[in-house]
Amino acid sequence: MLPDQLKPEDFKAYPPEARQRCIARIALLRQLPLAFLPLLLREVIAYDWRFPVERQDLDAQLAYLAAMSPEELRRTMAPFSGLRLSGKLEAADWVSGPAQFSEQLTAHLWATHQIDTFRAAAVEYVDKFNAAKPKITPATPRLGLIMIGQGVTGNTYPLFTKLRRHGVYFKNVDPANGKQAIFDTVTKRAAAHPVPFAHWYIDGGDTDPFASGLTCVSYNALGAVRDALLARMQRVMRQGGGGPELLRTELARMRPEDVGMATPGGNPVLNRFQLSLLTEGSGTQIYSTTFVQWSAREALRRAEPLTLLARFAPRRREQSMSELISGVPDLPGIDPQGSLIDADMAAYYTWLNQQRLSGADKSSFLVWFEAGREAVAIGPSMPRDALQNRPIDIPGILRQIT
Amino acid sequence: MLPGHASPQDIAHAIAQSRRQFLRTATGATLGASLFSFSPLRSLARTIVPGRKAVVVTFGGGARDEETFMPDGQRNIPHLLSELIPRSTFFAQVVNRGILGHYVATASLATGVYETFNNFAAVRPDNPTVFEYFRKGLKRPAFDAWVVAPSNGFNGIGESGNRSYGDGLGAGVILPKRLLNAALLTGDASGLEHMLRDNYETPLYAPQIGNNNFELHKMSELLKVSVSDFTAHARSLASPDELSVYIAKQLMRQLAPSLLWITLHDIDCAHAGAFSLYIDGIQRSDRLCSEIWRTIESEPEYKGKTNLFILPDFGRDADTDAGGNGFQHHRTGDPLSRTTWMMVMGPGVRENVVVDRPVESIDLVPTLGAMLGFSPNLSKGKSLVEVI
Repeated sequence: MLPDQLKPEDFKAYPPEARQRCIARIALLRQLPLAFLPLLLREVIAYDWRFPVERQDLDAQLAYLAAMSPEELRRTMAPFSGLRLSGKLEAADWVSGPAQFSEQLTAHLWATHQIDTFRAAAVEYVDKFNAAKPKITPATPRLGLIMIGQGVTGNTYPLFTKLRRHGVYFKNVDPANGKQAIFDTVTKRAAAHPVPFAHWYIDGGDTDPFASGLTCVSYNALGAVRDALLARMQRVMRQGGGGPELLRTELARMRPEDVGMATPGGNPVLNRFQLSLLTEGSGTQIYSTTFVQWSAREALRRAEPLTLLARFAPRRREQSMSELISGVPDLPGIDPQGSLIDADMAAYYTWLNQQRLSGADKSSFLVWFEAGREAVAIGPSMPRDALQNRPIDIPGILRQIT
Repeated sequence: MLPGHASPQDIAHAIAQSRRQFLRTATGATLGASLFSFSPLRSLARTIVPGRKAVVVTFGGGARDEETFMPDGQRNIPHLLSELIPRSTFFAQVVNRGILGHYVATASLATGVYETFNNFAAVRPDNPTVFEYFRKGLKRPAFDAWVVAPSNGFNGIGESGNRSYGDGLGAGVILPKRLLNAALLTGDASGLEHMLRDNYETPLYAPQIGNNNFELHKMSELLKVSVSDFTAHARSLASPDELSVYIAKQLMRQLAPSLLWITLHDIDCAHAGAFSLYIDGIQRSDRLCSEIWRTIESEPEYKGKTNLFILPDFGRDADTDAGGNGFQHHRTGDPLSRTTWMMVMGPGVRENVVVDRPVESIDLVPTLGAMLGFSPNLSKGKSLVEVI
């Protein structure tokens, strides 16, 4: 089927809010090329489980396209219309399964050497849309807080080398009351700006009990879900055939209730988000450091929070071949030093992702090696590429950046 | 820092420039373009060295400049920097314009054509491989071309589906992890899932290939290593790549193939997102490359007549590309993920020279052809005149 053949009943399997939007905009959707429309539908089909910011963004995108004249729309879509697609793609059920279609489309674009053209078209489209959409100023400047290095006893790895040039590198931080000061800061911000999904706390171990009024995600809390997910995937593999495409399809179709997440009183939006961390993230099922980094990335990208606290915990240790062959039980212990290096890079990525959001020039960021005496603070009130050797504590740094 | 709105060509060139500047500082390397002027007459005057051999080492799982040739990354590649680059001609801008999946990209390196098959299917390349050109063109026996590869998916890389080549003309392929798996089948293999993981791009899936007990015992005879010795040695190793290099060294000692292709893969554990493990993989690859070169230099069958090629199959995503997640993957197709490097060393190759003109990863096969004296007529690449 091609987009111009779309009918309202084609969206009958969509959740209510998503269906309503597609039907209301069906005249627009019929004009979009096949290399673009399913990618838009992939976002819309999950509208009912999107964060508020994502919903606003999708509505704005549909309005942006609908407001164009036919000629403007043709010009905007021309790079996508010019891509050569196969008959197999045209015959696919891209309305009901836009995520699966996008996997097939990606493979086709790579195989036909059109991925670079597609990439350029996508970047141009997103840039134009971002320039055109209404600017939303955050209710308060964003704040990112990262705690790394739990369990490390002595470190020689040079920390924060990528972040130092953007702010102040503190080399003599008194750790006393540091954790509590950070928790207090987050709690106060959540109380001052009680907006759904605006204040996040992600932990690589267990969530600390301080966290009230926050959106909480933790690696340990999802242990049973991870196990259920892996067991399900192994079942699919044992049935044979299909390869990674089948696995991706299975993962994309998975619902929270399939892995025991649909607890009474649970938040369906958060449940979907947490499931996506495990089904779309790579390594999030295995390493807690990867889980925290990816969760922070996705929370920033999708929910655009005002406050993000990410606390890394030691991940499981990688086993060597000799250990594995020797039959060492699958309890490899933890690797605090490796986790510190993982988290150091992850902190840099978290800052990069925070800087991609609106209000970046007013945002602040603190990363603290909680088992040592080092931290980096970045923000409009902080000089760049500065070194601070004088003693200071975390409350003191927080006062400077908030 | 690269400019925000630079074209992919600008970015690729900047990558090459930064590598060149670094290499000149770190190793005193000279710039090839200013020293080397291609002379067809001189090229014609060169003769194929009798008994010349080639060893190709690819990294399936590219390492970015940030973690290698940039100042922060230098500590990860001490052997490449201090031992190998000073002895090599270094191509600073090798662009891969094909599909950025490891099996299909490695197959493209081996055929000199950007292959387009499913990366996760254990299929043969469509175009003739360098092994087929080599064996058919030079009438070499089967034991003279070998591949040591990391995963089941690479099972078909030895020979293509091309009708004029294909069956019986390719390289022998050894998949060390598969051999180890077979060796362990008689014992308790529980807890081995990680070590025997087929690939890192899709850790939950491994292509199914046939029973390999026969292959195990055949290999055991060929390499003069008993199954028990093989298993015992594996116990002393830290990673699958160390196992691959161990097998490669056995091949060099027992069969001395003239064309040996080794694909290292530990670096690609980056897909699991743990930066420290990715760094461990780079450091291990650095050490193993040095070990391979020392083996070449110490084995009488190889010393003085072997060219070593080292190249990643492609790069990894840039930190600054919002579509990716930095070092973890190679999905965006951005210039960093497409641009990598290659070093060539051995007889007839200038030492301590950097070439910064753009070349392509499919240029490897015609270059090998020009060095060893066979004609890869279906390859789309071009011979690298700086090393032939």
